[in-house]
Amino acid sequence: MFNGKQVIVIGERDGVAGPAIASCVTASGGNVVLVHTDCFV
Amino acid sequence: MIQPVIKGVSAILAHAPSFIRHGSKPSREIGADADLLPTILAHLRSYHEALSYAPHQVFVGRIRPNKLRTLPTPWLTHPVAPERFGPFGEILPEEELYGLLALADEFRLLALDSDFTEEVIKRLADHPMLHSMCLDPVREAGRRDFGESLNSASAMPLFVEGNRLIGAIRRGQEDDESLAAPFLLENLAGKATGALALLHLASRDGLSLDAVEYVLGCSEEAVGDRYQRGGGNLGKAMAEMAGCGNASGADIKNFCAAPIPALVVGGSLVAAGVFENVAVVGGGSLAKLGMKFRGHLKHQMPILEDVLAGIAVWVGRDDGRSPRIRLDSVGRHEVKAGSSNQAILEALVARPLAKIGKRITEVGIFATELHNPEITVPQGNGDVPLRNYRTMAALAALRGEIDASEIDAFVQKHGMPGFAPTQGHLASAICFLGHAREMLLAKEIETVQLVAKGSLFLGMMSRQSDGMSVLIEAQ
Repeated sequence: MFNGKQVIVIGERDGVAGPAIASCVTASGGNVVLVHTDCFV
Repeated sequence: MIQPVIKGVSAILAHAPSFIRHGSKPSREIGADADLLPTILAHLRSYHEALSYAPHQVFVGRIRPNKLRTLPTPWLTHPVAPERFGPFGEILPEEELYGLLALADEFRLLALDSDFTEEVIKRLADHPMLHSMCLDPVREAGRRDFGESLNSASAMPLFVEGNRLIGAIRRGQEDDESLAAPFLLENLAGKATGALALLHLASRDGLSLDAVEYVLGCSEEAVGDRYQRGGGNLGKAMAEMAGCGNASGADIKNFCAAPIPALVVGGSLVAAGVFENVAVVGGGSLAKLGMKFRGHLKHQMPILEDVLAGIAVWVGRDDGRSPRIRLDSVGRHEVKAGSSNQAILEALVARPLAKIGKRITEVGIFATELHNPEITVPQGNGDVPLRNYRTMAALAALRGEIDASEIDAFVQKHGMPGFAPTQGHLASAICFLGHAREMLLAKEIETVQLVAKGSLFLGMMSRQSDGMSVLIEAQ
């Protein structure tokens, strides 16, 4: 799904955190160039 | 092992609408666009409006959280009885907050208008606890020339009623950024509101201030000078201000999660026989005032993040009736656990319960992030408690404890609506502890699991988040 794509990952602590999204992106062939997790509370 | 119990809980709010401009987000945005200030000032709530806001009455214990489900929404436009005092504490008016700040100010940083100071002293003389304190520090603040302070570019002006200039706070040292006026104001606000919560704890639950041996601070501020930014020990500072002459203290830092590790450490100190009476105290976060003001303005709402909070918990030896802290049920989010929500809740909810032979569905109520959705939804941040409860329910479904079709019913039965102001650490599970104690004492429920999370990745020392949980059980 992400083969050959450069991916910026933005996660949220109470939703899905950045590293968890990054793992999925990497597993589906993407190249994660930035991972950021935010906390909105 | 001595069984540690929760012998008392207090919770206070201090109405601080004129401090919103000093909150981190508003102050940065006003700095970039001065025209924003009149708009912010036009969207402040009165004290009466803050008193009649249902989530605030939940915070101080007059209304149970689940009662919010039956009240008409939005709560903002459906006021409830505007009571100042509740079973856990009070909602302090802004004028008296200034008096409290002056009482907390050991280094003569504050200067206040003399007429305003007279007004404040009259009010403090009627306060059920503060009237017995020596009010000389307030009088002295009123004798300092705040105009002279403001001649220094590094002092910060202070306001009441939105835009009435009534004082200033100066910086601690000219060449120390850690002692700049905005940081000292944040720290004083944390100290003052935490100490007020400690005073309420003593007045309500029979705690003798002389009997407190250790105060664990669990707030979010960073007290310290340039050589030890964040050095801390607001715990001892709050103990001193409240009159706990026999106490020492220290701080437990863990972002929003800190109160739960502090409760566990406090319980462990009692269990080990090190201390008989420990107070866990968190003061308010001034930086978070007005954090989501853009969302509120966008929806033509008043700015709802206009209160500082404070909570104090008395942890003591088993008295045969108070709810027990189950130290054998502590859950921690291990480094290797991973950052997905499923991994976090496995670590904080399922595994610690399994350790003591309990299933998720056997817990009466879960207290998680309990931020008031009326504050977060307008900014686009969603209903945080609901999201957390649904994830817990999904975990119960994954483990075969409930059917996927029962997720909503799980949320209804084991959850509650969010009611806490976005005061970070105090919204993170601990704000339910006063209600939990009353409900456990009345045997309305048998168990409550407190589940707190903290975003340590914000400090850029690790990409990890953290969390801790503990089960509180009726006798």
